[in-house]
This record gives sequence, C-alpha cells and structure tokens, in this order.
Amino acid sequence: MALPLLRTRGRQRMDWTDWLSYAYLAAGLLTMFAPIVWLVMSSLKTESAISQFPPSFLPFSQKTVQVEGFEQPLPLYLVTDDKGVQRAMGQVRRIGIMSTMVNPEQPQETLQVNIKDRKPVNTLQFAWTNYTDLFGKFQFGRFLWNSVFITVAATLLTLLVNSMAAFALSKYRFTGQKWVFLLIIGTLMIPPTIVLVPLFLVINSAGLLNSLWGVILPAIATPTGVFLLRQYMLTIPDELLEAARMDNASEWRIYWRIVLPLSAPALAVLAIFSVMWRWNDFLLPLIVLSRSESFTLQLALNSFQGELHTQWHYLLAMTVITLMPITLVFAFLQKYITTGIAGAGVK
Amino acid sequence: MNTAFPQTKTLLALALAAGIPAMSMATDIRVMCYQDGIECEVTSAIARRFEAQNPDVKVIVDTVPYKSIVEQLPVQLAAGQGPDIARVTDLGGLSKYYQDMTPYLKDAKYLEANFGSTLPWLRPSAADKGIYGFMSQLTMTGPYVNRTLFEQAKVPMPGAKATWEEWIEATRKVGKATQTQAALAWDRSGHRFAGPAISYGAKIFDAKGDLTIDDGYKTAVTKFVGWHKDGAMLKEVWGGSGGSTYADSIGEFKNARVAMVLSGSWQINRLQKDIGNAFDWVAVPNPCGPAACTGIPGGAAWVSLKTSKAPAQVAMFLEFMAREDNYAEFISKTENIPAHAGLAKKGVAYPTATPAARAALGVFSGGVASLAPAAYQFQGYKYNRAMMLPTVARTTQAIVGEISVDEALSKIAGDMADAVKQAQK
Amino acid sequence: MPQGIPPGVPCSCLHSCKYDDLSASLPAKPQLQTLIPPMRLLAIFFNLFEPLFKFAQRVLGHSRIGWMFVGPNLLVIAVFTFLPIVINVAYALTGGVNLMPAQRPYAGMENFSILLECRDYLDLQTCRKDVFWRALFNTVRFSAIQVVLMVLFSLVTALVLNRKIIGRGFWRGVFFYPVLLSPVVVALIWKWLLQTQGVFNAVLVSAGTGPVEWLTDAQWAFFWTIFVSIWAHMGFYTLILLAGLQAIPKDMYEAAELDAASPWRVLYRITLPLLVPNLIVVLVLALIRAVQIFDEVFVLTGGGPGSATTFIVQFIYQTGFAEQIHLYGLAAAASLLLAAGLVILTLLQLRLTRAEQSGQRAR
Repeated sequence: MALPLLRTRGRQRMDWTDWLSYAYLAAGLLTMFAPIVWLVMSSLKTESAISQFPPSFLPFSQKTVQVEGFEQPLPLYLVTDDKGVQRAMGQVRRIGIMSTMVNPEQPQETLQVNIKDRKPVNTLQFAWTNYTDLFGKFQFGRFLWNSVFITVAATLLTLLVNSMAAFALSKYRFTGQKWVFLLIIGTLMIPPTIVLVPLFLVINSAGLLNSLWGVILPAIATPTGVFLLRQYMLTIPDELLEAARMDNASEWRIYWRIVLPLSAPALAVLAIFSVMWRWNDFLLPLIVLSRSESFTLQLALNSFQGELHTQWHYLLAMTVITLMPITLVFAFLQKYITTGIAGAGVK
Repeated sequence: MNTAFPQTKTLLALALAAGIPAMSMATDIRVMCYQDGIECEVTSAIARRFEAQNPDVKVIVDTVPYKSIVEQLPVQLAAGQGPDIARVTDLGGLSKYYQDMTPYLKDAKYLEANFGSTLPWLRPSAADKGIYGFMSQLTMTGPYVNRTLFEQAKVPMPGAKATWEEWIEATRKVGKATQTQAALAWDRSGHRFAGPAISYGAKIFDAKGDLTIDDGYKTAVTKFVGWHKDGAMLKEVWGGSGGSTYADSIGEFKNARVAMVLSGSWQINRLQKDIGNAFDWVAVPNPCGPAACTGIPGGAAWVSLKTSKAPAQVAMFLEFMAREDNYAEFISKTENIPAHAGLAKKGVAYPTATPAARAALGVFSGGVASLAPAAYQFQGYKYNRAMMLPTVARTTQAIVGEISVDEALSKIAGDMADAVKQAQK
Repeated sequence: MPQGIPPGVPCSCLHSCKYDDLSASLPAKPQLQTLIPPMRLLAIFFNLFEPLFKFAQRVLGHSRIGWMFVGPNLLVIAVFTFLPIVINVAYALTGGVNLMPAQRPYAGMENFSILLECRDYLDLQTCRKDVFWRALFNTVRFSAIQVVLMVLFSLVTALVLNRKIIGRGFWRGVFFYPVLLSPVVVALIWKWLLQTQGVFNAVLVSAGTGPVEWLTDAQWAFFWTIFVSIWAHMGFYTLILLAGLQAIPKDMYEAAELDAASPWRVLYRITLPLLVPNLIVVLVLALIRAVQIFDEVFVLTGGGPGSATTFIVQFIYQTGFAEQIHLYGLAAAASLLLAAGLVILTLLQLRLTRAEQSGQRAR
C-alpha cells in the first residue's frame, strides 16, 4: 500500500517514494554543492593550470626536474622517440616548433623534438600562494575590518530600528498605520540599482561619502525585517502588555523588557539575514567608498575582475575567502536558521 | 546610571572614529590610479621618493579597477567630490573637471616642449592653452601574431604592407592546419575598431567637424560581421557580451585559440609575463585597407582635478613625475611607449624586457609614423565614445543575428546623434 | 498572574530588576546564553532612551506613541529611499547630461516619449529605444517562466523535505546554502563552469560530442539565467513552503487515510488549499525579485549575446551609469515606468489570489 506523498513515514522498509525522495535529495546535493567544491579546488590551481582545457578536478601543475649542469630546474615532458620508447625528459629551450630536450640521467645527451611529440608531466600541486599573495598584495586586514565593522554595526542598528517599527505596527492602533505599513513594504518595489545616482547625491550632501556610515545608514530600514518581526510580534499576547501598563510601565520599558526578549527567535533570523546582506553588499559600497582604505572585501574582489584582464587565480581565491565567514556562520547556526524562518513564517 | 556614561561616551567615540578617515598634519594628495600591468606600483615607488624630498606632502596612491575610473569618477567629480589626481582615459569627456596647472608650474616650457603634441587632447576647447596634465604613456592599437602557429602550419606570414584580406586568408589557413578555434579576434572595443575603419576609408568627421557614419565605416562594419559569419573571427569576444562592455581578446591569444588578435601596445608587459616561453609572439604593423594602414593612438593621462584642495602640491608632484629621469623609469618598468618627445628621440632602455617584448615595442614605436590624421583627431574628440559605444553594441547585435547589418548601421547613427545632442544641451 | 503570560517572565521584573534577572529567565538555549554579556552593554542603551520616550509618552498620549517607535525607520526610508525617488522624478523630467538636478534643463515628458516612441508597435526595430523594448520583453518572458519554475521546484522540494528522512536538518541546509552567497559570487562560479573551456564542455568533449556554446548562444544563455537564478534563490522559498506544510495538522491526513484517499487527491484537496497563504507570499516575492533581476545576469552574461539576456534593470544601469554620456533622464524615466509596472503587477496578483481563495472557500 503506497502511502501518500505527503505523510511522514513511520515504516522501516522503504518503498519507491522513499527511493525517489532520496534520489531527488542526492541530485539536489550535487547541484547545490558541486559548483562550490569545484570553485574551491580551482582556487588552489596555478594560473596556467586554470586555463588548461580540459580542466582537471585536482590542481595539477607541470613537474620540474633539476638536471646537473643546468642552473634552473627544467620543465618535465614525456617524449616518445622514434623507437616508440617513452621517456621523461627536461626541456632546455624551445625555438619555433622544435624543442631541445635533455635526459636527466645523462645530461650530455640532448634530443631535438617537435613540440607536437611531447606531453607535459603533471604533479599534484596546491597553489597556496594564491591565498598568501593576497595578504601581501592588499591591505587585507583593513578590508576585513571594514567589512566586519559595516556588518556588525548595520545589523545592530537594523535590529533596533526594525523591531521598534514592527512593535509600533503590531501592538498599536493609530491613524495612518495601514499606510505606513504599506509604505514600508512598498519599498520592496524599488530595485536599489535604480536609485543609485540620486542616493549618491543624498549621501554626498549628508557628508557621508567615503565614510563607512554612508554604507551603514541607508541599509538599516529593511522592509523584509519589519514584515518578519511584525508577523512574529502579532503572536505575543496583548494581555501581557496590558498587565504591564496596569503596573505603570512606560511603553519603552514594555518594548525593551517584554516584547524584544520574547521576539528573540525572529530577531535571530533577521540578524542572520542582515549579516548576509551587509557582508555581500556591493553596489552601495562601490559608489560610496572610493578611497582604498575604506574598501570592503567585496570591493577588493571586484578589483580582480579588471577591465583589461581577469586574474582568475586571485579572483577565485578571493571568492573563497569572502565565502568562508558566511559558510562558518551557516554551519554553526544552520539549525537555528532553518527552524527560525519556518517558525517566523508560520505565525 | 552615572557610571554608565563614560562607557557610553567611549563607545560612541570609537564608533565615530572607525568611520571617519584620519586627519594628518601634512598636505595629502590622493591619486586615483588604475593599471593594466604595474603602473600604479611603479607610481607608488616614485611617490615615495617625492615624499622624501618634500616631507610636508603625503601622496596616497589608490589602485582602483578600471571600472571605477569609467563609472564612478565622473559621478564623483560632477558632485564636487573626487581625488586630486587621476589616471584617466576619457580625456575629452572629463576635460571640464581638469585644473589648469600653469600658474603653479615651475617650468611650464619643459612640459610644452616635451608633451606638446598630446597636450591638446586634454584641453576643453581648441582655443585653450592651459596645461592640465600629461600622458602617462602613448599607446597604439595594433595586432599580435602567434608565430609558432604559423611555423607549425608552414604558412608564411604576410609582409609589412599586407592588407586585412591577406591576413584573414593567412590566419584562416593557419587555423585550419593547426585546428585553432578561430583564425583571429579583435578586442571588443570601438576604439580598436576605429583603426581598421579608417583604413577602409572612414573619415569619421564630416565637413562640419561632427561625427559621421560614412561609406568607409559602413564597409568596415559589413566586412567585420561577414568575417564572424564565415567563422574567421572568434564569435565569443564580441558576441559573448551585451551592451557596450569592454572585453579583450588577449586571453584567447594567450591560450593559442586564435593566431592573431587586434589589441594594443599596453599589453606587452602582460604578454611577456603570461605567455613566457609557451610560444613565439610578435607584434606586426597595422594591416592596410584601401585608404590607410593605421591604428589609433591613445593612452592614459595623469590629470590635475578641480576638486583638489592643494593644486600647488599637485602641480609639484606632476612636475616631478614628468621629469625625464622619473618618466623614463616609469616607461621602462611598465614597458610602454613614451609620450615624452625627448625620450622618444633618445630611445628608452627596457632592461626587464625580453627580446620579444623589445621587438614588439620597436614595431609599435615605428608604427607611430603611419598613423592617419583622422586617428589623432578621433582620439582627441570630446564625444568620441558617442561613436565607439553604439558601434560595439549594435555590431554585436548584427553578429549574433538579432538585426541586419543595415539596421545596425542606421541604429549606430541614431544612437550617436541622440547621445551627442544630449551632451550638448 | 494575568492570563496568557508565558512562563519565565516575572511580573515584578517590569519595575526594578536588573538585566541579569531577566536574562536568567530566558530559555536556556546555548545560542542565547552567549548574548548575555553584551546585554550589559544594551542596558546602557536602555538607560539612554527611556527618559526620552517617557517624556514623549506624556506629550503624545498612549496611541500616538506608536509614531515614536516607527519614526526612526520612517526617517531612514524617507531620506534614503523616498528622497532619491523624488530626485529620480526630477531627473526624469529634465534632459542634458549634468549630474546636479539644478543644472539640468527642463524637458517635460520628453524622456518618456523617447522611450515609448515606436513607429510600429509590432516591430521592435522601428522603436527609437529598441533596446528598452527588448529588455522589457525579455524581462516579461523571464519572469513568467522563472517564477513558475521557481515555485514548482520549491514546492516539490518542500514536499520531499517534509517526509521523514534521515538528517532532515542537513538536507534543508543543503538547499538553503546558495541563498547565502552574494549574486556576484554565484554568477562568477557559474560563468566559470559554463565557459567554452569550462567543466561542462570538458565532460561533453570527453563523452564524444562537441563543446556547446553555453553562454554565447542566445537560447542557452537565456536558459542559464533562469537556471542560475533558481539555483541561487530556491532554498529561501522552500523553507517558507516547508513551514506552511509543517503547520498543517496531522489529523487531516489521518482522516484522509481512513477514507483511503489517493495521494494525489490528498495533495489537491487538503495540502494545497491549506498552503495557499504561503504560496501567495512566495509568488509575490518571487515575481518582484524576478522583475528586478540584475546582478547575477550582468556578471554571468553581461546582457549578451547581443541583447538576448538584457533585462530592464540592466538597461537602466547601462543608460544611466555605464555609458560615457550619462543619460540620467532616460534612465530615471525607465525606472519610474518599471516601479509603476511592478506596483500594478503586485496589486493584480493580490487581487487575483484573493478571488481564488474566496472562490475555493465557497466550494
């Protein structure tokens, strides 16, 4: 008897719907994670290995061999000579389409080989320099600090401002309340790209250009945050507030000491979202911050995607670095996120 | 409650301090720099020497992506903000923001003598005689060829005065013999395109001095689209993007997916580093069309900006950089062609350059003589991007088959006229 | 003790207890425990604002104190969202290329008429701003397909995740992970995979078929923009629908089982109707986001090939930012049209789904 697709199952044996479900999940795992894994693996390749086609999964790079009588290590190739014997030889130089190869065991013996008849010998090589170079190349610590400062400050302010607004919209009745709510939600309709130039003018007149606050302040009134918190606060029983008012508590005290702690799960969800949004913010910092000491990590990432050329190896390494904090936050708070959204959404 | 306040105050102070940039006693000059190779790093080194000689001036070199120079800098300048010096390529378009350095210069005649032929590019109008900066390098568009592929295919390379058709034929044969993805590719840029367009007879400017799409230009566009359709040109470079975003073809050249690319002299440093010994590459003179065998000159200029609060110090630093020894160091380390007349005559040593790079520099320097007058005019024209950007966008549409070539040509003319009309309001 | 106060909130705390007492009464979840030391800092914050609000309360009275709470949010929105929109209107009504609105000459509705001018509305080529119309058409096509597929996949995934499977939390995390990535990162990863010399083509070449031009063929590029945007955002909607599914009471299903109802009937008659509120939220959000798509696509294809994946926000960005001659007026006019279109679309959606809902209840 096949149980409905929707029921949670209690049987020990699995039937075809179970197999199908697991197959779907496996496919989902592959689709979601495989690109990330490929990204991380590629970020450990040298620049030349990255442009190899067909690409290899593991980072391979050409082996070099130190041959007696030659100063520099020579790149190693597999050469098939006219007798059909394959030998590994080092390349001394290449002129035109002929390369001069030398046998590492017999350094006196050289051979002229057409470049078509040789194949590079590759070895597993992790290009950690892609990462370490970045620390030297840029004021990496500075960019990290800027990103962290913006994220933390903006998140704290977002939590405060949005919860205050959600409190007002859920626990009070005042004229114009409905319009205020619609107004706040209506800002969802404005894609940020579109108001970029006027926003720049406003930030400029406020004197916040090149300041981290110019990136923080415009971002704290998120409509999603207000919506989420309001939904949750609607479930807090009004009797609680009434009781507090009867005890002569001020409204601020009610907000701060009752409503806010009780909304902790929804606040946590908003905090996680805010961290994610501010950490990944790109367009606004791009127009507000033009001095290199104010750059965030995402802006620095952009600098590798130059107009005139793309340094893929640094670009990929930088991408992985900006991915890591979010991944860590995710790994630790994963359960909280997924149940939190579910909880906040249901009510 | 009282004990809470000191904590609060420190908190607030910390928070504000983190956001506001530091103040310093010395005069600060900000240089907004972009680089293709190592131009900004070399400039930083020169700046350190300048600071040693002038302790009351601090020079901060901000290395930004090219995109910032093109998109953010104009907006900042229009709003009255911006750095003191910038390295720009849209010489005419930004000219209304440049600061005339003449009152602050110690030796204006030196700059006039050595940069005289390119100073007009920075002037807002023809009658203006001010000095607003100087070219950090002179660049020229021109092709690079993969000689190893030619050798493998046993096809002889066309000579110095060969036409574009001959080169297309030769690279087609090479491509078939060595099984490359395509025969050749051009950078996705209206600036690059203008060279062959002039060679095919485009006059760019009509009798009144306005931009025009004439028969020569139309021929060039038609041939270009045709070469894509028959597979000679690599479709990805032009066809792979939308709008007028820039894309270069050097990546394809490096990976030997094409035998020839139309790019420019600023790539020499990068080619030297990235290709290494993988194959032999050479620069060749610009192929000919019926009217000329030209490329387009260009380059990035250091300009003094009106938004600066320290114009005197800016002039001091720019003069320092324009000095023959410092300029020579910049040119030789970044492997560019000098815009400095004295150095161009004397010749510059490129100690870090490989023989291939040196040969390429020689070819480009030699090609300066065959630049058509229209090419110089085009480079110096304020609204030249009104022609370049629609060319890229519309030709791409024709290449991918969205519109026909005739429609593309009429749209280029239309977009160009619209843009110029708005700009002149 | 008044009715309905959840356990753990001491009544007496309202007047005089310190924060430690209150925090001790919070549920002892490990994550929340780590919040206690910063709470002392927050106590300082509390002390700052209470007198201010107390004063305002006396002046404004009880109901209007709500304005004080919603004030900061409104202020930020007013300055950083509505003021720019007003400036945008000013741009839309002026011409020229100057940035400062004061320096721009008045142009009336000229920008709008340039945008909407077409000799023959059936042939895009005759339009003056044909790229605008192409972008509009592309956006409509994209939104229609993407939203349907997004909701479909989210629904199926939510249904699968709702079953009793091993490691449910892990699987939920798997689908949600891409949501955390920035659009630039997402686009770069996929651009990397799909380039002609990328992994996908490597697999094809080794399997014997030739490489496919994933991003330089108009149809494929369009497909991939849909795929990548679904890949990046599906997890978010899945979780919303999952929450809805978990809220459906179990006795509904037990009753259905007693009646020996077929699985599809249960889906159609019980699950979907009860899921409708969540589905509406998902539909509205997904549509708004789909129409506003920009970052991922711009990095992935640049709008190419030609204008095959140029969407409306990219057109606005190009016109106002990327070209050398910045046509701010035109860009602003297009953005106002977009905003108006979105508002109408959302209202229509809400009205239609409300009608559907009430229609269903009547059955």
